Amino acid sequence: MSLLSVENLRVTFPTDHGPADVVRGLSFTLGRERLGIVGESGSGKSMTGRAIMGLVPAPGKVTADQLMFNGKDLRGLSEDERRDLRGTAMSMVLQDPKFSLNPVIRIGEQIEEAMAVHGTLGRRERRERALEALTAVRIKDPERVARLFPHEVSGGMGQRVMIAMMVVLEPALMIADEPTSALDVSVRGQVLDILADLVSRRGMGLILISHDLNMVARWCDRILVMYRGEIVEEIASGALMDAQHPYTRGLVASLPTIDETRDRLPVLDRGKL
Amino acid sequence: MIHVKDLSVSFSDVRVLHDVSFDVATGESFALVGESGSGKSTILKALAGQLPAFTGTLRIGEDNDTDRPFSARDRARQVQMVFQDPYGSLHPRRTIDDTLNEPLLIHGLPDRDSKVIAMLDAVGLPRRFRFRLPHQLSGGQRQRVAIARALMLNPPVLLLDEPTSALDVSVQAEILNLLKSLREEKNLTFLLVTHDLPVVSFLCDRLAILHAGRIVETANTEALRSGQLSSSYGQELFQRSVYG
Amino acid sequence: MITRGWLLSDDPETRMQARLGVSYRLARDLMRNPLAMVGLMIILALLLVAAFAPWLAPYSPVEGTLADRLQPPSAAHWMGTDELGRDILSRVIYGARITLMIVLLVAIISAPLGLLIGTVAGYFGGWVDRVLMGLTDIFLSLPRLVLALAFVAALGPGIENAVIAIAIAAWPVYARIARAEVLTFRNSEFLDAIRMQGASRLRIIARHVMPLCISSTIVRVTLDMAGIILTAAGLGFLGLGAQPPLPEWGAMISRGRSFILDQWWVATMPGFAIVIVSLGFCLFGDGLRDVLDPKQRSRG
Ligand SMILES: Nc1ncnc2c1ncn2[C@@H]1O[C@H](COP(=O)(O)OP(=O)(O)OP(=O)(O)O)[C@@H](O)[C@H]1O
Ligand SMILES: Nc1ncnc2c1ncn2[C@@H]1O[C@H](COP(=O)(O)OP(=O)(O)OP(=O)(O)O)[C@@H](O)[C@H]1O
Ligand SMILES: [Mg+2]
Ligand SMILES: [Mg+2]
Repeated sequence: MSLLSVENLRVTFPTDHGPADVVRGLSFTLGRERLGIVGESGSGKSMTGRAIMGLVPAPGKVTADQLMFNGKDLRGLSEDERRDLRGTAMSMVLQDPKFSLNPVIRIGEQIEEAMAVHGTLGRRERRERALEALTAVRIKDPERVARLFPHEVSGGMGQRVMIAMMVVLEPALMIADEPTSALDVSVRGQVLDILADLVSRRGMGLILISHDLNMVARWCDRILVMYRGEIVEEIASGALMDAQHPYTRGLVASLPTIDETRDRLPVLDRGKL
Repeated sequence: MIHVKDLSVSFSDVRVLHDVSFDVATGESFALVGESGSGKSTILKALAGQLPAFTGTLRIGEDNDTDRPFSARDRARQVQMVFQDPYGSLHPRRTIDDTLNEPLLIHGLPDRDSKVIAMLDAVGLPRRFRFRLPHQLSGGQRQRVAIARALMLNPPVLLLDEPTSALDVSVQAEILNLLKSLREEKNLTFLLVTHDLPVVSFLCDRLAILHAGRIVETANTEALRSGQLSSSYGQELFQRSVYG
Repeated sequence: MITRGWLLSDDPETRMQARLGVSYRLARDLMRNPLAMVGLMIILALLLVAAFAPWLAPYSPVEGTLADRLQPPSAAHWMGTDELGRDILSRVIYGARITLMIVLLVAIISAPLGLLIGTVAGYFGGWVDRVLMGLTDIFLSLPRLVLALAFVAALGPGIENAVIAIAIAAWPVYARIARAEVLTFRNSEFLDAIRMQGASRLRIIARHVMPLCISSTIVRVTLDMAGIILTAAGLGFLGLGAQPPLPEWGAMISRGRSFILDQWWVATMPGFAIVIVSLGFCLFGDGLRDVLDPKQRSRG
């Protein structure tokens, strides 16, 4: 049985010029696997994740023909029931750590806080688990970093803190929105290993939203390509270079390579799509 | 153009940079790559005059007199910075026009209107965006505004802190192309922090690899392209970039 | 030509159009909130009544006919008369001027003061923050009326001193709010960027930090108006605010207290006025908060 099944998901925002659909009729299912979502900025990737989590901001409206998680219909849930689900059963690593972390609370306390809301661990245990989680995301001196405020850690460390916060909860479904965009390749590999471990060992379902095409292509079991709120193509793992849709091919072409000699990179010609 | 010698930085007794030294020539594009948390942004902050305490020698632009530190106003005309996060680096309540005018107002420069319009053209933003607020722009458009703001005072040196890591690949290509042509046009000197080796290969002439607060290797881009980095950490980065 | 489309345009052509567009959106959002509109109506009514008091009031607010003392509400005296035979309606109408003046003066003095202290403390941090916030905390720890009372006692009774005292008692709240707000963005990159352009600290605080705190301060001041009116009335009630024969609402209640059981209208009518005006400010403040709340603004 699939962990998550979504059918005809729509997210609509009212604007000055009438309602605007930012996600238009998305359908997919997710098992205990790694699903990648790619697409350009504004294509609705984050909104899809937020809609599943019940985190679409105020004027936005979510509708769907089906939104089942673990045999449970998510559509009719009250705000309280959703909050219970978030963190214990499903959690999301939000896109920008600078905005998602509270700027006036120390890193360590924020991780402990995340555990306190849903767990029954004692204070000491929470502290230890928080430090372990920081070590797991390869932060070298977790004791020091736990005492820092969010503006005192580097960009990549902030992202790893966000991941550590979600990993300690060991959810059944994790949506990671650009979790590694500020990480160097070697740390990134290790962070992905932690997530992979949760998928294979704990049977977690993972949705990885990213614009790093190469990474997603190598690492995910399946990839959905989104354009203007719709899925334009589904690609099997490793088959990115054989993508059919002109949009996907455009994206691939605009990637620089490590032995780059082109003077200018090709850019998407949106008029032609 | 940029001269860094024995730069060391500590935050409350923890040393994060150890005797970092490198030089960047006029018109050159130099990359800093390395581990997350290794101190790349801290180097840029020191050069930008945003660090209260460090030891070592820093020189930028036409400043030859090491004993007399730059005033903030002088420095502003020598060096500007573009930040990683296009969402956090623009004031949420000021229009693009306000943002681009501000440096001109601070330095009391004339012809503000025409300069703002010329800069919008230079970074490829439609003129009709001039009075929009940041939340009405996409990530890539905001990053163009940030680049435009950095160029308003015509500084010879631009510090770029992961300018495209928050952007998707199609927009990244546009911004990289833009940076490349601006550099050719205005003979700018770039100091670019990134973790993306292909970006280095496209935009830079030389690179330094940082690990745990030290430079472990300085190489030119040819060595990177052909995978001939000498340090073991450099090799690891290369392998991971190519083979995942 | 000013049309809806022109105001809502995504691509304003001039600074003017951009500003008008922002104001238009605010106004439109506010209009969609019926309670806020009720509040606005009450405030506008207060303004009009205060402006046209001499024309609206049927009698003089200070001179009464002793023969008519303590008359119940009637066709001649809609709200009755007080113990000196003065028409209560006329006094309430003139009292609007005093209330409005108090409210405006307090807002003009305390809001900018609180905003300045709060933003300076939040932006600089360190010892500046500790000193300023220590001061703020001392003021905050005392109840507003008690504090105002102490200042009036020191300065002497009278309406000007009452205003000063209330203003001194009111600013710490605004300072706290502004500081808390500044703390959330003081390390933002947009402030790094402006520092790198060589802006002076004064300029950064005045042009970049304060504008982000102004909307929460405005909301708070509006919501506080009710409290300010009540404090002023409280001082008046205790005989330390406006002095007779000024028709200040609080002082009027105080005088009416002696007759509250037999001549209820003497104290009740100004009481109504206080409640309605306070309610008006509260409703409007609530509506403003909904509209100005930055969380409602999209970043995407
Ligand atoms: N509060 C809002 N009101 C109106 N439109 C919004 C709002 N929030 C987001 N949008 C719109 O929804 C669309 C999808 O946004 P989303 O954040 O999902 O994009 P994304 O694919 O995650 O892009 P990125 O790669 O930049 O993160 C965008 O076009 C955006 O403008
Ligand atoms: N204000 C500060 N107070 C304490 N520690 C700090 C402060 N600023 C930076 N650091 C520490 O300095 C180290 C280097 O940070 P820096 O931001 O330079 O890393 P970076 O190389 O840019 O990493 P990334 O690629 O993740 O952005 C980190 O360990 C960080 O915690
Ligand atoms: Mg997104
Ligand atoms: Mg950094």
